[in-house]
Amino acid sequence: MSAPLLSAEGLTLRFGRVPALLGVSLDLFPGEVLAIVGESGSGKTTLLRVLSGQAAPQEGRVLYRGQDIAAMGEAALRRLLRSEWGYVHQNPRDGLRMSVSAGGNVGERLMAAGVRHYGRIRAAAREWLARVEIDPARMDDLPGTFSGGMQQRLQIARTLVTHPALVFMDEPTGGLDVSVQARLLDLIRGLVADLGLSVLLVTHDIAAARLLAGRILVMRRGEVVEQGLTERVLEDPQHPYTQLLVSSVLAA
Amino acid sequence: MTGAAEWRLRVEALDKTFTLHLQGGLRIPVLRGESLVVHAGECVALSGPSGAGKSTLLRCLAGTYGAGGGRILVRDPAGAVTDLAAADARTVAALRRNVIGYVSQFLRVIPRVPALDIVAEPMIARGMPKEAAREAAAVLMRRLNLPDRLHRLPPATFSGGEQQRVNLARGFGAGHPILLLDEPTASLDAGNRAVVIGLIAEAKARGAAIVGIFHDAEVRDAVADRHHPIRPLPDAA
Repeated sequence: MSAPLLSAEGLTLRFGRVPALLGVSLDLFPGEVLAIVGESGSGKTTLLRVLSGQAAPQEGRVLYRGQDIAAMGEAALRRLLRSEWGYVHQNPRDGLRMSVSAGGNVGERLMAAGVRHYGRIRAAAREWLARVEIDPARMDDLPGTFSGGMQQRLQIARTLVTHPALVFMDEPTGGLDVSVQARLLDLIRGLVADLGLSVLLVTHDIAAARLLAGRILVMRRGEVVEQGLTERVLEDPQHPYTQLLVSSVLAA
Repeated sequence: MTGAAEWRLRVEALDKTFTLHLQGGLRIPVLRGESLVVHAGECVALSGPSGAGKSTLLRCLAGTYGAGGGRILVRDPAGAVTDLAAADARTVAALRRNVIGYVSQFLRVIPRVPALDIVAEPMIARGMPKEAAREAAAVLMRRLNLPDRLHRLPPATFSGGEQQRVNLARGFGAGHPILLLDEPTASLDAGNRAVVIGLIAEAKARGAAIVGIFHDAEVRDAVADRHHPIRPLPDAA
C-alpha cells in the first residue's frame, strides 16, 4: 500500500495543567477521508491546528510526505497552506475575505498560487461558483450578502480552486441549518470523490462522519480512545465513551 | 488442482461477545467457536431461531463487527488469503471494495443522491468506468422492476420494497467474489422474489461464494446448497 500523506507521532500539548493532546498518533493516506470525532473540549480542533502547522506540539512530530513540518520553516509552511493544503474553517468568515467579492475570493487564491491571466482567473472563479451551486451571476457580490450556507460553499470553492492534495476541515457544517447541512455534506462528498482529495475532518456530527469518512478516530480529553473503519466503530463500538457517543445520536 | 471448487471463505473458531459499557459492563456472548467453509459457486443458508446470532455472524464476515477471537480467512480471486479478523481498517475497506459484497436488510439512504448513483457506486469503486457502471446499474434496476422514472430520484421516498430492490441492485451489480445476503427478499412480492432467485443463481454460476439468511422457505430451497445451523448460546452468568 502507498505511504501516508500525513503522519502524526506522539503529539502532546498541554495548556497549563489541561492536556489538549496526549500522545496522539495517526496516519492519513492519499485519497482517504479521516474523521476526528468527540465532544467539545476533546482536543479535536487543537489536533487539527497542530497537524496543519498552526500550533506547535510540546512533544511528538508531524510529517507531511515524510518531511517534519517543524523543520520546514514558516515560509515553506505558508506556501503549503496556499497551494497543496486547504483549510475550511467552521465559521466561513474566518476563511473568506469579507471585503472582497465572491469571485475575488476564489480568484485571489489562484493568484496567490501564481496564475496571472485575468480572464482565466475569472473563468475559473465562475466555474467554481457553479460547482458549489452558487449562481455565477452573484460573483461580483460581497460574501456578507450571502446566507451562511452560501458563505460556507464559497469558502469551499476558495479552498479547492487550487486543487489541494490535503484539506483540513473544522466542523464545516457546524453553524448551519439541518437542511443546509445535508446539501453541503452531499456537495463535499461529491467533490472529495471527484477530486480524490485527502481530508482530515473534525466534527462532532456522527452522521457527517458516517457519510464522508472511510476511517474514524474518536477523541476524549486529548486522547484517541478508539479508531478504525467508520462503519465498524459506529456499529460495534468498543470503548465506553464511543458507546455513549453512538447511543446518544437520535435516529432520524 | 482437482475438479472441486476451492474455498473462498473459511471461518475458524470465531467468537463474538458484546460488552455493553452503558449497562454496567454487561457481556452478551453471541458466537462461540463458530466454524464455516464456503466454496466458490456455493450458497450456504444460515439457519436457527431469531436471536441465535445469524446476522451477527454475517456482520462479522462483512467486517461491520469486529471478531472477538478466531479467524475469518478470505481468499481473493488472485489466490491471496487475508484474515479479516486481524486485518487493519484499510485492508478491511479494500476487501469490502473488491472481494466482499454485503446486502444489508435496509438501505442506508443518503440525502440527495439518486438511486442510480447508489447502485453504480460499488461498480465504480471496483474500477468500472462511470458511464458503463451507470448503464449496468440501469439495466439491473429495470430487471428488479425499478422503472426509469425512479432512477434519478433519491430513494428516501421509496417504499420498503423499492428500497430493498435498490439495495439488491447495489449488492449484486459489482460482481463480488463473496456475497453476504441478510434476508434479501423480506419485503418483496412473488415476482421480485423470482428475480432475486435468478440473480443468486447467476452469481453462483460465475463462482461467487454466498452466505445468506433466508426466512422465506421458497427462496431458501431454491438457492441454498446446504444449511449451516447457528445455535443460541446460553446467557452468561
